Amino acid sequence: MASELTNPQLQKLNHLAQYTGLSLAIIAVWQVLSHLGYLNPVLLPPPSRIAQTFWELFKSGDLPRHIGISIIRVLEGFTIAAVLGLGLGIVIGLSRTMDRLTGLIIQVVKPIPPIAWIPLAILWFGIGEKSKVYIIFLGAFFPIIINTIDGIRQTDHKFVEVARLLAVPRFKFVFQVVLPGALPAIMTGVRVGLMVAWICVVAAELIAASSGIGYLIMDARELSQSDVVLVGMITIGVIGKVMDGLIKLLEKRIITWKIAFSGN
Amino acid sequence: MNAATAASRLVIEGLNKNYKINGGEITALQGIDLAIREGEFVSIVGSSGCGKSTLLRIIAGLENGYSGDVRIGGRRISGPGLDRGMVFQEHRLIPWLTVEKNVAFGLNGLENDKRDTVVREHLDLVGLAGFSKALPHQLSGGMSQRVAIARALVNNPQLLLLDEPFGALDALTKIQLQQEILRIWEMERTTMVLVTHDIDEAIYLGDRVVVMSNRPGTIKKIVPVHLQRPRDRSSYDFVQIRKEIFAEFFAEAEKPFAYAI
Repeated sequence: MASELTNPQLQKLNHLAQYTGLSLAIIAVWQVLSHLGYLNPVLLPPPSRIAQTFWELFKSGDLPRHIGISIIRVLEGFTIAAVLGLGLGIVIGLSRTMDRLTGLIIQVVKPIPPIAWIPLAILWFGIGEKSKVYIIFLGAFFPIIINTIDGIRQTDHKFVEVARLLAVPRFKFVFQVVLPGALPAIMTGVRVGLMVAWICVVAAELIAASSGIGYLIMDARELSQSDVVLVGMITIGVIGKVMDGLIKLLEKRIITWKIAFSGN
Repeated sequence: MNAATAASRLVIEGLNKNYKINGGEITALQGIDLAIREGEFVSIVGSSGCGKSTLLRIIAGLENGYSGDVRIGGRRISGPGLDRGMVFQEHRLIPWLTVEKNVAFGLNGLENDKRDTVVREHLDLVGLAGFSKALPHQLSGGMSQRVAIARALVNNPQLLLLDEPFGALDALTKIQLQQEILRIWEMERTTMVLVTHDIDEAIYLGDRVVVMSNRPGTIKKIVPVHLQRPRDRSSYDFVQIRKEIFAEFFAEAEKPFAYAI
């Protein structure tokens, strides 16, 4: 009886250990090597020092302020990208003509890195918020629109035949078959878009900003505060992971019919 | 128009179908003549690749470009229509729609209460009344195929086309569903055209068994099955018909040896 109760818990604990093990081991080795003097604290400060700096920056309110500003920028750019990317993606995905009309421009603009847009963005929108939001929008927009179009185009031909046989009206077919079927691809696009949005916010803040995580990193670099640089880097990583996790959770709630390969 | 075709629901005359593959032409169907009466159950057997599925897809209106004549109720078939329903080997249920929504997928232009009633009637018909809220992945293969049959019947088609519908099911479920489709046929009096590679199934279900030959697909023989339903698969007459059809596929019949000690 007791083993029946504890076994699932043990398994959960085991999975948690597997999940965090590698990260904890790297931190431990890093700390030990620093202690033994193998690592130059200016080039790579020990985890304990980073934790301490994190706490100080957090307490002083500097870090929360920078985080808040960066998150707002990411959410602004990402939201615009999601709305336009989904909307245009659906319109283009459902129409061959729209695809032909927009295909070339999308294919050519897509490979241009958002960072390359920074000079123009500053000229057009100044060094304020608008230029940063624009850069983030550009980064997040293409993964979302491309995946939306692809997802729609991958509609199973077998369902198309069923719909033809049953004379299903187009709008019903789109809402009951095409869009739900495209949802996994769309969610992938949204997750990649959000990741690229974070890459872009830091890039944008490195160049022209007086706030944000990217600015924090750049400012610390000039003062050779490698511990602050690392605090900024790790903060971005953790926030990115949390946001990705939230979208994955949303995906799980929406897509209940999929029995995906889980790795084992 | 002679008397036989006048009473027929579906008339196929001189049907040819070619496919273009790598610039070359392949004849899938050649000179098919077949008239199917209203309310008849016709089985079509043939080995894989003989064009029997193509024939069914042409009747369904899913294939365009054929020569000859395929008419249903006097009108030439040029596309799908609600007068024909179709069930495929794979159930083709939409994975994110519940059973009732899958059945309602083909019901358009009805008020909500009316639609719900029709869906309920058809789920009752296939014996799945309690599963209306289930998702397809929660159903067994046999149950999924029942839902597919309900969906195909929801607009009360005059003609139900069955493309190897029980081919992927285990032997026991298969027999169950064969009995089920007979029961539905007797209740609804829908004209049925079944394509199969299972000779037993063809004889068990059909009023006539159309035997097709391979490349190009032609009708080799039409075998009438004058047996009372429900049919006994091991009765003498059943076995004789099976032998007759077998002989069409395997000209050199294997000589069975029996030793009695």
